[in-house]
Amino acid sequence: MWFASPDEVRERLTAVDYLADDGISTSVFLAGALGKPLLTEGPAGVGKTQLAKAVAEATGARLIRLQCYEGLDEARALYEWNYKKQLLRIQADDDAWDDIFSEEFLLERPLLKAIRSDEPTVLLIDETDKADVEVEGLLLEILSDYQITIPELGTISAARKPYVVLTSNATRELSEALKRRCLYLHLDYPTPERERDIVLAQVPGLPGSIAEQLARTVATLRGLELKKSPSIAETIDWAHTLLALGRTELDEAAIGETLGVVLKHNSDQVRAAKELGLPARS
Amino acid sequence: MTPPSLVDRHIGFIHALRQAGLPVSLAEGLDAANALTVIDLAERETLREAYAATLVKRRTHRPGFDALFDLWFPPVVSGSYDSYGSREDAAPDEDKGNLGIDLERAELPELRDRLAELLMGDPGDPAFREFARAMVGRFGRVQAAAGRQSWFSYAVLRALSPDTLVARLLDRTLEARGGLPEKVARQQIRRNIAAFQEAVASDVRRRIAEESGIEKIARTTVKPPIDKIDFLRVTHAELAQLRREVHPLARRLATRLTIKHKLGHRGRLDFRRTVRASLSTGGVPLTTRLRPKRPHKPELVVLCDASDSVATFSHFTLLLTFALREQFTKVRAFAFVDVVDEITKLFSPGADVLDVISRMAKEADIIRFGRTNYGQVFERFAERYPDAIGPKTSLLILGDARSNYQAPAVDTLKRLAGEARHAYWLNPEPRRQWDTGDSVAMAYGAVVPMYECRNVAQLAEFIETLA
Repeated sequence: MWFASPDEVRERLTAVDYLADDGISTSVFLAGALGKPLLTEGPAGVGKTQLAKAVAEATGARLIRLQCYEGLDEARALYEWNYKKQLLRIQADDDAWDDIFSEEFLLERPLLKAIRSDEPTVLLIDETDKADVEVEGLLLEILSDYQITIPELGTISAARKPYVVLTSNATRELSEALKRRCLYLHLDYPTPERERDIVLAQVPGLPGSIAEQLARTVATLRGLELKKSPSIAETIDWAHTLLALGRTELDEAAIGETLGVVLKHNSDQVRAAKELGLPARS
Repeated sequence: MTPPSLVDRHIGFIHALRQAGLPVSLAEGLDAANALTVIDLAERETLREAYAATLVKRRTHRPGFDALFDLWFPPVVSGSYDSYGSREDAAPDEDKGNLGIDLERAELPELRDRLAELLMGDPGDPAFREFARAMVGRFGRVQAAAGRQSWFSYAVLRALSPDTLVARLLDRTLEARGGLPEKVARQQIRRNIAAFQEAVASDVRRRIAEESGIEKIARTTVKPPIDKIDFLRVTHAELAQLRREVHPLARRLATRLTIKHKLGHRGRLDFRRTVRASLSTGGVPLTTRLRPKRPHKPELVVLCDASDSVATFSHFTLLLTFALREQFTKVRAFAFVDVVDEITKLFSPGADVLDVISRMAKEADIIRFGRTNYGQVFERFAERYPDAIGPKTSLLILGDARSNYQAPAVDTLKRLAGEARHAYWLNPEPRRQWDTGDSVAMAYGAVVPMYECRNVAQLAEFIETLA
């Protein structure tokens, strides 16, 4: 059992500075209670990866991370045979053909490692959407039955079910088969009230009034039609910036100077300056 | 009669979700049922999120889910109705949030004061929803016919008119008007008013459902997800939402397209890299290395109808094509109503979406008489831009093929299409309306393959076949 109730999830995540709302705490609780993987989707920088890290930290579990990218394959996600060692063995001993496919020659990759681990483990499969479609097929066996089949060795079942978190930026639709096996959590930009609390938790030295202004201003920016809305991570960066500059108030001048921290497209900056009536930038 | 059990309600809810178009599989229904056994059913928000986590796997389905959830698992149940008024089965501490105000009897100005106070705060506050519920109880009832009554949110919003409170709220929060603080405050007030309207609407739905059955209202409650909304029937708010979708959609399409390119057969063997790689396995070439395939990138010429009847559609399509610029070697765009003009320069990299649209209306020379004339446009296009279409270009025409009974110039279009490598026509009208009235869709469709393209989903599907 990972957590006893959604309320406990919230308390323990708060203890590691991750503020969960109803949706987050319920899904995190259910993922543990039902033993199902949790798929979190949402725009960049809203705390998807951070959620997995916070769960690991709150439960004292080991975090194993599989970063997905284009061209990720079985050999780098699951396991690989140690070809060099096998070759050497065959060259050294002509009768070794039968026993070169054994534990000894198996190289563990993150997924196999998570399955075989006997301590509590949080398996984070990051940016699943970046991987090729075939990798999803590879994940299905692990996500539904927590086992891996290696043709030469047989099926390896989990010693202890890992807590699996998948993240996706939705740059492509994940397959129905994958989604069906997971619990789904869509993380979105928080309400200004929650964002204020997040900023205060992450940037302890910041005065409450600035955090409040900051959260409201960011909410206003997100209301504009921008190419890339500012993420929570960028709000926190902004708070750090203001703190470092020793600003005590978030007025037009302060925003104008530091807007680059939250808006990273020139057209977005121009647009924000126009809509918010900030002093023109040269 | 025995009251329906939890299982019945669960089954009914899942059935309603399926009817509203959410793909809920049997396994997901079971997951949800399993989730019900481990959570505290008395916590309504936990119940909602448990259902959402197990059943709703797409963001666009969430609003519909929430509306249905509110109907099947209402936050409160109205008490007995008599002919004079309804009584809420109020929780004992209901009035704690609404300090000192008797919501049933208070005068209107008092209520508006209370509303103003709530609009300044956090809409997540339970008092906020309670207030909305009480107001629906007081003002929302409208006599529909003799002896029958119904509930309308319009009546509530008219009585309280939250929109007219904005000025007062601004005066109260700000020392001086203007500048950034006002913008920020306005944004917050707008959001809270929208939350209030939604709370009222949701309570109205609940009351109607109590009186005339859930099934009846459920069917009309759920709006189609944004990618299924008809381009020609889009509302103002939806339009803004659509424009916001351009970049995520373009990104999604671009990934899909590159994946598709990569999946095609790989290039030839790269002998040098294969030998290099074999060194690590003692000269045995265990893995082969292949040369990357040369990507195929089409040149694209977009010819788009910019008249008001199809403006939403052509703007959106243009924005999307330009957001996908990397997928094409070259994109040239032309807009027309009754004359044609090139608008490529407006879509410079990093250009602002809204600017482009307003500049297109202002700067491009596309209107003479203001009535679409496809025939004349095709002839002028062939005359003015003879170099635009070559053997490598794909020609994409966007429009409803309604030419106001002018000569269609099908032959000119046929010649243009013949010069291009491919030609396509996207028509935002439903197929059954083609060739009705002044539409010459079939005549053009015989020369250039014409596709129905009514919503974002269909557009995305088409672009995938194109690149």
